[in-house]
Amino acid sequence: MRIGVYVCECGKNISATVDTEKVAEYAKSLPNVASSRVYKYMCADPGQEIIKKDIEELKLDKVIVAACSPRMHEPTFRAVIEDKGLNPYTLEIVNIREQVSWVHDDKKKGTKKAKSLVKSSVMRSALMEPLDRKRVGVTHKALVIGAGIAGIQAALDIAGSGYQVTLVEKSSSIGGKMAQLDKTFPTLDCSACILSPKMVEVGRNPNITLIANAEVEQVDGYVGNFKVKIKKRPRYVIEDKCTMCDDCVPVCPVIVHDEYNENLSPRKAIYIAFPQAIPASYIIDPDDCLGIDPLICSKCKDVCGPEAIDFDMKPEIIEDEFGAIVVATGFETYPIENLGEYGAGNIPDVITGLEFERLISPGGPSTGDLRRPSDGKLIKNVVFIHCAGSRDPAKHLPYCSKICCMYSTKQALMFKNEVRDGTAVNFYIDIRTGGKDYEEFYQRAAEEAKVVYIRGKVSELIQDGAEILVKGVNTLTAETVELHADVVVLATGIIPSQGTKDIASVLRLSLGINGFIKEAHPKLKPVETSITGVFVAGCATGPKDIPETVSQAGRAAVRACNIIAQDEIEVEATIAHVDEILCRGCGICVGTCPYSAITLIDTKRFGNIYKVASVNEALCKGCGSCAAACLNSAINQFGFEDKQILAMIQALGEE
Amino acid sequence: MSYDYIEFGETEKEFTSKIEEISGQNIFSCYQCGKCSAGCAFSNLMEKTINHTIQLVQLGKKEKVLQSNTHWVCASCLTCTVRCPREIDVAAVMEAIREYTLRYEPETIERLDLPEELLKKIPNIALVGSFRKKSEL
Repeated sequence: MRIGVYVCECGKNISATVDTEKVAEYAKSLPNVASSRVYKYMCADPGQEIIKKDIEELKLDKVIVAACSPRMHEPTFRAVIEDKGLNPYTLEIVNIREQVSWVHDDKKKGTKKAKSLVKSSVMRSALMEPLDRKRVGVTHKALVIGAGIAGIQAALDIAGSGYQVTLVEKSSSIGGKMAQLDKTFPTLDCSACILSPKMVEVGRNPNITLIANAEVEQVDGYVGNFKVKIKKRPRYVIEDKCTMCDDCVPVCPVIVHDEYNENLSPRKAIYIAFPQAIPASYIIDPDDCLGIDPLICSKCKDVCGPEAIDFDMKPEIIEDEFGAIVVATGFETYPIENLGEYGAGNIPDVITGLEFERLISPGGPSTGDLRRPSDGKLIKNVVFIHCAGSRDPAKHLPYCSKICCMYSTKQALMFKNEVRDGTAVNFYIDIRTGGKDYEEFYQRAAEEAKVVYIRGKVSELIQDGAEILVKGVNTLTAETVELHADVVVLATGIIPSQGTKDIASVLRLSLGINGFIKEAHPKLKPVETSITGVFVAGCATGPKDIPETVSQAGRAAVRACNIIAQDEIEVEATIAHVDEILCRGCGICVGTCPYSAITLIDTKRFGNIYKVASVNEALCKGCGSCAAACLNSAINQFGFEDKQILAMIQALGEE
Repeated sequence: MSYDYIEFGETEKEFTSKIEEISGQNIFSCYQCGKCSAGCAFSNLMEKTINHTIQLVQLGKKEKVLQSNTHWVCASCLTCTVRCPREIDVAAVMEAIREYTLRYEPETIERLDLPEELLKKIPNIALVGSFRKKSEL
């Protein structure tokens, strides 16, 4: 056995708190070590060459690199040793950066710890065995969950690469929150005008299968081979037959709140979310309709010329397989009910940004006339309160919701364009305009539309006669201030949607502290998740504006295509394996496995049938939970065998 | 706690737009970075900082602006004007406030109010000048 040890200085990252020369010197004294060297940047090309040269000249059969976390450069060095004919799984990485130099100040102690870690790895290295790379087949089809702008863009980009993609949307139409917006910053483009061509393309593209009014219920399998169960709720209107003539709506006797208009206007039980909706078909709301079991009213069915209405439609379960999944389940806004000092939703003219968006929209409840909700009076004075919920770790959301400065500015500007003699006052903590042309947009609102910005928070909103009394502070003049407004718009923050939470539990995705889906790496793997083959785009990972969402969706699409374009892909080699003689079939491992990779199977032994654990090699992620939980030590993990780990512990104990 | 009432009525709008008109500046360009106050050689002598004054002009707070000595202390050295990131001629705004005071709230000088002692000291030309500018006759 000939082991080579390579200690990296990582510039000063490691050498500042670890005496790398001493560590290398010490390594030479350890058993089986044939070579031990230090280099400034082991990951750089000359560093890699040193290892390659040693493998060749000194006939090394194991390599240990003492450097940064294996998460950074394990693939690099595996490739290096594989290039010289060694099995890549015999590489051992000692993390003396994240676990030593970055967390210690004392160079003496740091050096000592680095030595111990190198020693334990030398002991383990001697026991490491070559492993086979495992490969599995791939289904050339992707699933996109959620059809807001993120999901639409991801689906279009995957379809544009020539692959089949299924787009699942919870509500009756695709479009998401963007479909509710009147205009978009910083160009004041009409939202529907830029979104609807994409929506139409989704409906038209032969590579896209759209399943609206449906939810993903269950996902099994693994990268390349996800088995998905989608529940499609009945629409009660046959999509292909509906001609959108609108004859059904006037006869429907049931009137309910219209969610598309943020409940500011009524709709019927048979309706279409908005004129540009895709699928272009009406839908019946089963909670309110009087025709669905029991059949009390069938007025719409009576007038429907093309006979598109079917009260007997049943939920449908669609099962399919996909190679990769893109999650684009979006956001909701922070509930106004939580903001007690702003009336907790009890003052009718204190509204959310999204409600204001509907009010100012020509397709909205007041056909763009800007009448306030309480008494329909034309709005003259508006106060916008930024950070309604955001940047308040004590009671509400700890983070900045990113888009509120811009959307409040946009709405104030739109308002001033409509109501020339009106006033728009923004109360803000900071104005954050980090985006292309955003600062200029903010400047335009102030200079051209004379939108007033007051730095400071509003402490209280009080209904004062027909108006709202706003009490706040101007921190620039250091005065408490008050004013009256016809309408107060709260720039409510962004929170993960219910759909995001639901899909995270279905897919077993890791969530961050604020409930958004956690990226595999915040900077370099922004669309990858904790599950290989599952990607995420848009506000499901955190607050984002439209340009950022669209570009992220594009990357998620490319990453999904990276997988579905392959015929087969490599999966984890360091997986669990069962010693059938030791296994007594207790099943503890089955419940422990977070990936449902273990099942109990019948095996014949001494003429009897026994139950023993069996690992599905494609499903196993090599987390090691089962190996730790097994009461009989019957489960071991390739690459992390008990004997290897015990050798490490023993080496560390000897110090 | 007393609250200062903010209102955008005719008086407020008239004041703001008059200052804009006299100075030729867009007062709403100011985003309150404070660089004008930071660089002003006389900030320490001003009752309100320059950016504070400009914010009050934005809000149409005529009384508060005119009560303060800020615009009178301004020496028109133009440091603020040169440095303003939003290209506002801040010194022109200060000058506009001075002008506004003179145009709309002229202070008058009564011959009889001047003490004898002072009259003996003041140069003739100063007296003539001030009567021309500041008398109601």
